[in-house]
Amino acid sequence: MAGGNGFNVDDLVEPDRVHRACYVDEEIFEREIRHIFHKAWIYVGHESQVPKAGDYATTVIGRQPVIMVRHPDRSIHVLYNRCPHRGAMLCSQRAGNVGSAFTCSYHSWQFKLDGKVRHIPIQNGYDNTRFSLDSPDAHMKAVARMEVYRGFVFASLSAEGPDLKDWLGTAIAGIDDMCDRAPEGEVEVVPTCFRMVQKSNWKIFLENQLDAVHPSITHTSTGLAAQKVEQEMLAETGQPPPLSYHYISAFAMELDKWGALDVVGHPNGHCVLQGYMGLRPTDPDTLEYEAVMRKHYGPERTEEILDVNIHHLLVYPCLSIQSPLQQLRAVRPIAADRTLTEIWHFRLKGAPEPIYRRALDYFYLVNSPSTMINADDLYNFRKCQEGLQSEGGDWVSFHRNAGQDRVEGGITTTNIGFSEAPMRNQFEAWRDYMTAETAS
Amino acid sequence: MSSAQDVLPGAVSLPVANASLETQHAVEQFLYRQAEILDDRLWDDWLALFTPEGHYWMPAAPEQMVGEGQPNIFYEDHYLMRVRIGRINHPNAWSQYPPNRTGHVVSNVVVEAEDPSSGDLVVRSKFYVAEYRNDEQRFFAGKYRHHLTSGPDGYRIQLQRVDIVNVEGPFDYVLQYWI
Repeated sequence: MAGGNGFNVDDLVEPDRVHRACYVDEEIFEREIRHIFHKAWIYVGHESQVPKAGDYATTVIGRQPVIMVRHPDRSIHVLYNRCPHRGAMLCSQRAGNVGSAFTCSYHSWQFKLDGKVRHIPIQNGYDNTRFSLDSPDAHMKAVARMEVYRGFVFASLSAEGPDLKDWLGTAIAGIDDMCDRAPEGEVEVVPTCFRMVQKSNWKIFLENQLDAVHPSITHTSTGLAAQKVEQEMLAETGQPPPLSYHYISAFAMELDKWGALDVVGHPNGHCVLQGYMGLRPTDPDTLEYEAVMRKHYGPERTEEILDVNIHHLLVYPCLSIQSPLQQLRAVRPIAADRTLTEIWHFRLKGAPEPIYRRALDYFYLVNSPSTMINADDLYNFRKCQEGLQSEGGDWVSFHRNAGQDRVEGGITTTNIGFSEAPMRNQFEAWRDYMTAETAS
Repeated sequence: MSSAQDVLPGAVSLPVANASLETQHAVEQFLYRQAEILDDRLWDDWLALFTPEGHYWMPAAPEQMVGEGQPNIFYEDHYLMRVRIGRINHPNAWSQYPPNRTGHVVSNVVVEAEDPSSGDLVVRSKFYVAEYRNDEQRFFAGKYRHHLTSGPDGYRIQLQRVDIVNVEGPFDYVLQYWI
């Protein structure tokens, strides 16, 4: 099937390598928007972003600007951000409150919070025309499907396809892991979103998230600098350094340790990389938190929850979740060589404040605009994007440990952390989406 | 000599101290020196600008009142600043090849408050920074608010608040170090 510029999509993906056109070709990118981002479940936001009636948050699904809004009946609606009159966006800010109705700034058409028209000025002007308030064209359009799982709002622009839970499949464990770690079983967003434009294809970012070889190479400078300061701090103050230093010094751990991590490939391209940071220390803050957890869940269930060991969950193609540190990065492709990430972190409802501070420290050190970690990732991403323009070779290699995965019930498991199994798993889903006959 | 208050009696929401010309001169020289230290990447000198408890703080929102316990773009004490410097100086800090280069201009220096007994100051100023790296140029503008302690060897920064005008982003690349 032609994917663009004469490329046949089937020919671009082989089990252990993919063609560079997947990353650099603009027509392939347009097809990704239609076949993947306008079809799959895409993360819109968290319901705690819109706690009160009239609260809204805007984002994009593929190329489509959308609004997530809280209705007075507490339901959440995801609507196309477009006035049906002349097409103006109804909400131009990233978040706010519209009161009881959306009002267009152009001609004052008004819509209720479920998108149904409330008022159109100069109504007699429509007498004897084809337009009436009963027409579907009078209302804001809702996305084809919207579902909320434990507060996480997803939407699909396609009426067809599996429901959200089936689509997430076994990868749902990553969202459960984040929420279960809250004594009250829910998380709440911290309303600061860091946004970063990456000068690279969206897939390069997702592939990097579960790449266990790169940290001790890409992040060696920061990891070693943090290790040195950890030692100095101990010598100068006699106190062990805060856990946050370990978050970044761990990036310099020996390559062998990364190789021992488990990687799981789930259906639909979702993947999980096992955790490595050892987030169950025995300091008083952790012990207090674990006591609160036992009060809510009982000792047995608490152990089950805290033993879940996930570093990264990829919800393909739209999300990278770090559940034990309550971080989330949503992927918004802009062009073949440009990707916006929206970075959020969450509070565990009912957990003591020091536990939130850990999520905050990680958010700062790894995900803020001053990050000493992503600084070097972003540079690698950009260099990949520029290098992939080269005709010095057509293929991107995902051969490492190919053929050594265990596959059972659609789930691929490897205990070789270095395996490029997660990349192969993502491209299997990519090929399925891209070769499917129907696109919305 | 007339004070700033005499010149602008209506500007009550922007406090101004009646600082001496000598104080105004000294603090301006301090801010210029800090800008030079950043542009010349003199990291030991940079650390020496701060008191032992000093913090460099760039909030993530203009209305933020404290750095502690909040999401920030920067919130760094000596130890974190030392990590950042250690990283930049490491030969494998990949995104420092090529390194970024900056030119700072600091202006509109207003002494906001002066403690008559200690000489400690709160000082507002504006900055404009051009940054060049890897064939690309970026610009940052905003305001500084320095809490300075006064001692026998001059001023030290107890807290430097930095509000950049594009605080909400999006950022097209990270901030490698302090603005």
